Amino acid sequence: MNKGVLKRLYRYIAGNKKYLYFVIISAVLANIFMLAAPYISGRAIDFIRGEGDVNFSMVIKISSVLLGVYVLNALFTWGMTVFTNHLSNRTIERMRSDAFKRLSRLPLSYFDNHSHGDIISRLTNDTDAVSDGLLQGITQLFAGLVTVVGSLAVMFSLDYKIALCVVAVTVLCVFVSRFIAVNSGKMFRMQAAVTGELNGYVSEIVGNMKVVKAFGYEERSGEAFGKINSRLYDCGQKAQFYSSLVNPTTRYINNLAYIGVGVLGGLAAIAGGLSVGIISSFLIYATQFARPINDMTSILTQLQSATAAAARIFALTDERPETDDSSRPELKLDGGEVVFDGVNFSYDKNRELIKNLNITAKKGQRVAIVGPTGAGKTTIVNLLMNFYGADKGAIIVDGQDIDSVTRDSLRKSFGMVLQDTWLFSGTVRENIAYGKADATDAEIEAAARAAEAHGFIKRLPQGYDTMITEDGGNLSSGQKQLLTIARAMLTDPEVLILDEATSNVDTMTERRIQRAFLKMMEGRTSFIIAHRLSTIREADLILVMDNGAIVEQGTHDELLAKNGFYAKLYNS
Amino acid sequence: MKRLFPFLKPYRLQLTIGPFFKLSEAVLEILIPTFMAMLIDNGVNVGDRSYVIKMGIFMLIVATCGVIFALICQYSASIASQGFGTDVRRAMFKKIGTLSFSQIDKFGTPSLINRITGDVNQLQGAVAMLIRLVIRAPFLCVGGLVMAMSIDLKLSIIFMIVIPLFVLVLFLVMFKAVPLYKSVQTKLDRLTLVLRENLSGVRVIRAFAGTGRERRRFDDKNDEYARVAIRVGRIAALTNPLTTIIMNLAAIAVIYFGGLRVYSGNLTQGEVIAFINYITQILNAMIVLANLVVLYTKAYASALRVSEVLAEEPDIKYGDKEFNEQSNAAVEFRNVSLTYGGSGAPAIENINLTVHRGETLGIIGGTGSGKTTLVSLIPRFYDATEGEVLLGGVNIKEISESELRKNVAIVQQRANLFSGTIADNLRMAKADASEGEMRSAADTAQASEFVNRLGKGFDTHVSQSGNNLSGGQKQRLTIARALMKNSPILILDDSASALDYATDASLRRAIKENTESKTVIIVSQRVNSVKNSDRIVVMDDGVIVGVGTHSELIKTCGIYREICVSQEQYGGDGDE
Repeated sequence: MNKGVLKRLYRYIAGNKKYLYFVIISAVLANIFMLAAPYISGRAIDFIRGEGDVNFSMVIKISSVLLGVYVLNALFTWGMTVFTNHLSNRTIERMRSDAFKRLSRLPLSYFDNHSHGDIISRLTNDTDAVSDGLLQGITQLFAGLVTVVGSLAVMFSLDYKIALCVVAVTVLCVFVSRFIAVNSGKMFRMQAAVTGELNGYVSEIVGNMKVVKAFGYEERSGEAFGKINSRLYDCGQKAQFYSSLVNPTTRYINNLAYIGVGVLGGLAAIAGGLSVGIISSFLIYATQFARPINDMTSILTQLQSATAAAARIFALTDERPETDDSSRPELKLDGGEVVFDGVNFSYDKNRELIKNLNITAKKGQRVAIVGPTGAGKTTIVNLLMNFYGADKGAIIVDGQDIDSVTRDSLRKSFGMVLQDTWLFSGTVRENIAYGKADATDAEIEAAARAAEAHGFIKRLPQGYDTMITEDGGNLSSGQKQLLTIARAMLTDPEVLILDEATSNVDTMTERRIQRAFLKMMEGRTSFIIAHRLSTIREADLILVMDNGAIVEQGTHDELLAKNGFYAKLYNS
Repeated sequence: MKRLFPFLKPYRLQLTIGPFFKLSEAVLEILIPTFMAMLIDNGVNVGDRSYVIKMGIFMLIVATCGVIFALICQYSASIASQGFGTDVRRAMFKKIGTLSFSQIDKFGTPSLINRITGDVNQLQGAVAMLIRLVIRAPFLCVGGLVMAMSIDLKLSIIFMIVIPLFVLVLFLVMFKAVPLYKSVQTKLDRLTLVLRENLSGVRVIRAFAGTGRERRRFDDKNDEYARVAIRVGRIAALTNPLTTIIMNLAAIAVIYFGGLRVYSGNLTQGEVIAFINYITQILNAMIVLANLVVLYTKAYASALRVSEVLAEEPDIKYGDKEFNEQSNAAVEFRNVSLTYGGSGAPAIENINLTVHRGETLGIIGGTGSGKTTLVSLIPRFYDATEGEVLLGGVNIKEISESELRKNVAIVQQRANLFSGTIADNLRMAKADASEGEMRSAADTAQASEFVNRLGKGFDTHVSQSGNNLSGGQKQRLTIARALMKNSPILILDDSASALDYATDASLRRAIKENTESKTVIIVSQRVNSVKNSDRIVVMDDGVIVGVGTHSELIKTCGIYREICVSQEQYGGDGDE
């Protein structure tokens, strides 16, 4: 277990100091009362000696003390659980919140290079592991410590010989449970890995069933599945068996202690040193003493997985954020002239992509970015929006270096409509007003009209108040595109970044989108990832990209005259 | 449910042995406190040392037998439960392979995956518990009660009060907590939703400077989640103290009333101790029972979900006739309509169309016009709800499955590749295909160039669903894979949408050259992709609105003209 991680975890937990103290105090008290009870009940039994020989006044006196002890034990046990629960949930809430806060300041490259599933897992599964493992584990560890020390002390004070016998048996128990835990842990890890493999295989095959069928691949895939499945059986069976050994063997060892105490205690009682009531108490302490020790291995594994989970969360919280730009001035737009001045850029230091790029897009000009699929046209978008920073050179908007102004002000002044239409779950209205939270209904409707989206929105069940499900599942891809256009229109940006690709959209909607785009571009400096010849032909500047780099630039006629890559593309 | 019992059959031996030995262990365990009482009363209180030692050894033997019995049971349980699970998974996987697509759509792929792993896991657990606990726990309960009653019937009246109270507490806590657990799950789902939206929409959020707002949204959901989780925890926290206190109150009652019984000579001191032991035993067994009830309610839901898959009868049956390669009509649709399950309006309606042998047929139309539906009838991904489809003059339902697969090759819009090497993917159609065959298919599909550029050529590894390749590369590989089958009928369902115009054009040219004698059906939204076909079918809203060559349709078909105009006016046809 990593010390640094534990220290940081403690800082999170200690943020709720009041609850932490409550937890500790309740845990200690609950266990002290639990320990006291068998001793007291043993004393009571000692006053019940036989026919006609029962001291009722003492039995009643001791019983009422016992009642009080039991009630207090229950009360503190309850308190301990409630406080732990509160503490753990609030602690991981803050861990999640901090991780998310950091996430919102990380550079785009982080999101492009990390699996989203993994990030989500850190903020959900891992935080749960911390809450389950660490905090429950700590209370158990703490309660266990009190129980072990306490019952050991009581047993030794009652009879050290019998106590030694109990300790010996318990040590045996530790070895056995350690052996089981190591073996079953290994098998469980293997089982989890094979289950993951099986999951992946099933999802691949079932998800692509049409292909499987079309190629008559069922039998071969059945064989492959069978192989994974029988491996899962092998480790699953072993994991199940090993883990199910814990209860019977612990029971057995407890029985050994129980019998040992009975026999030794009995012999001692005959010799005259021990009362039967004390034997009875001893029997109970023997079991209580063994329990936390039996649980020790599982608590340790829990703690280990909790710290591992915490380390993953902290790794996210420690990612280097974008530089702080709050002291920079805001971008002041004046027409929207964009200049790339000797820009070098690459995602991967070993593979040079853009070298000494010089572009001047004057106020109101259109720049078309063209190239085959996968040529890296979005790289220009990444640079313009300062999602990624240039390695060398500068990008200058209306005389201001984009690295000298706040990122938010830069991004807000650009209107961006990408092919990947992102909408969040909320109403249509909220989605359109995403860039301008204080927009009036009239403004929203005007933007929707301009984007030719008003018509279909009105036909939705609740019009502008229709809820959009996650990822806009209840809208067609064309409708989603129109909404993102309306969203960009509402902010009235001076510079536009558009992606013309509208795959899977029917021709009527495509025309509508195209009209909306044209309307938007009027009088604004625009960068267009172009797919249409008309857009390309009319562009003031064409950037031709291939394999991630800009290979040619110029106007349509210039590029044709050059008879290079563009001409080949155009004439194909 | 009935469908699952046969899976238990091979494990009859384990299912009998397991509970039998577990029961034997429980009997021994119940006896130990009684032996201890005997040890105290007949040995300690009488002062008989040899009796104490004899009894101790006897108890040692009993306990050792107990643990051996238990191990036999646990072993049987692990064999039976895991074997059962493995068999069920195998049967489910096999069954899913026989289902039609409308049936798979009905379940949904994620749900099927959950059923085959998560639900079967639940059932495995249930079978193990069936062997390990279902007989043991009630037995410990009843057995403990019987033993206590045999010690002192009158003192057992305490149980009549304690047990109902105990059950009531467990029931109330579960009743309160279970619905709340569901709402915890819902809150967690909402939190995850916000998180997922933030990850997938990070560019847009930053573009609109929305990070502050997103943070507030996340913190809200985060707080809601914590609140509900704390509320559930508060209720669940009652279980342990409440059950313990009931147990302990019963113990106090036993001490007091037991004292009375000892005084009147009906009970011994050792028996009082044994009695307290039985109370603990019974109430502990009841907690196990309560957990079993929860486990089995969950398992029951899983059992239903698993049975549902196993009970699904494949609704596509194949005939045994052969495909007639010489027939003039390669594919024929007669009055065909198809309505997908659950939706009211037909996806395609009253289609009459003959595709001739050796013909290249283009199908064009907007999204949702029914193009894909129409061609998916040919490999029988779906069956027509009305009318009939003929393949080489034979009703498609009478053709054997292997004939159908052999003669129809289809490339779908979504490029599906499997994890493995590129060669593994190409060999799906033909396990023993030579490198030369793969090379020529890749040539035709315009894939050779980029395959060669990849470090290991055909041995390059493809990650799950082909994520390490670009959309266009994947599409070209799926086309090559289909070409490997060398089927007389080849269907390209919008399978070049991610290709640029130049590659698309050379692809079409190559296919034309290499498939002279084949019937090729090209589905597309681009006029360019279909305009050189022998004939073009224009679809709109599920019906055919025009059939003919490009120049005929330009004159006669309004919708076709509109498509052409829209694509030409706004550019897009690099072929000119």
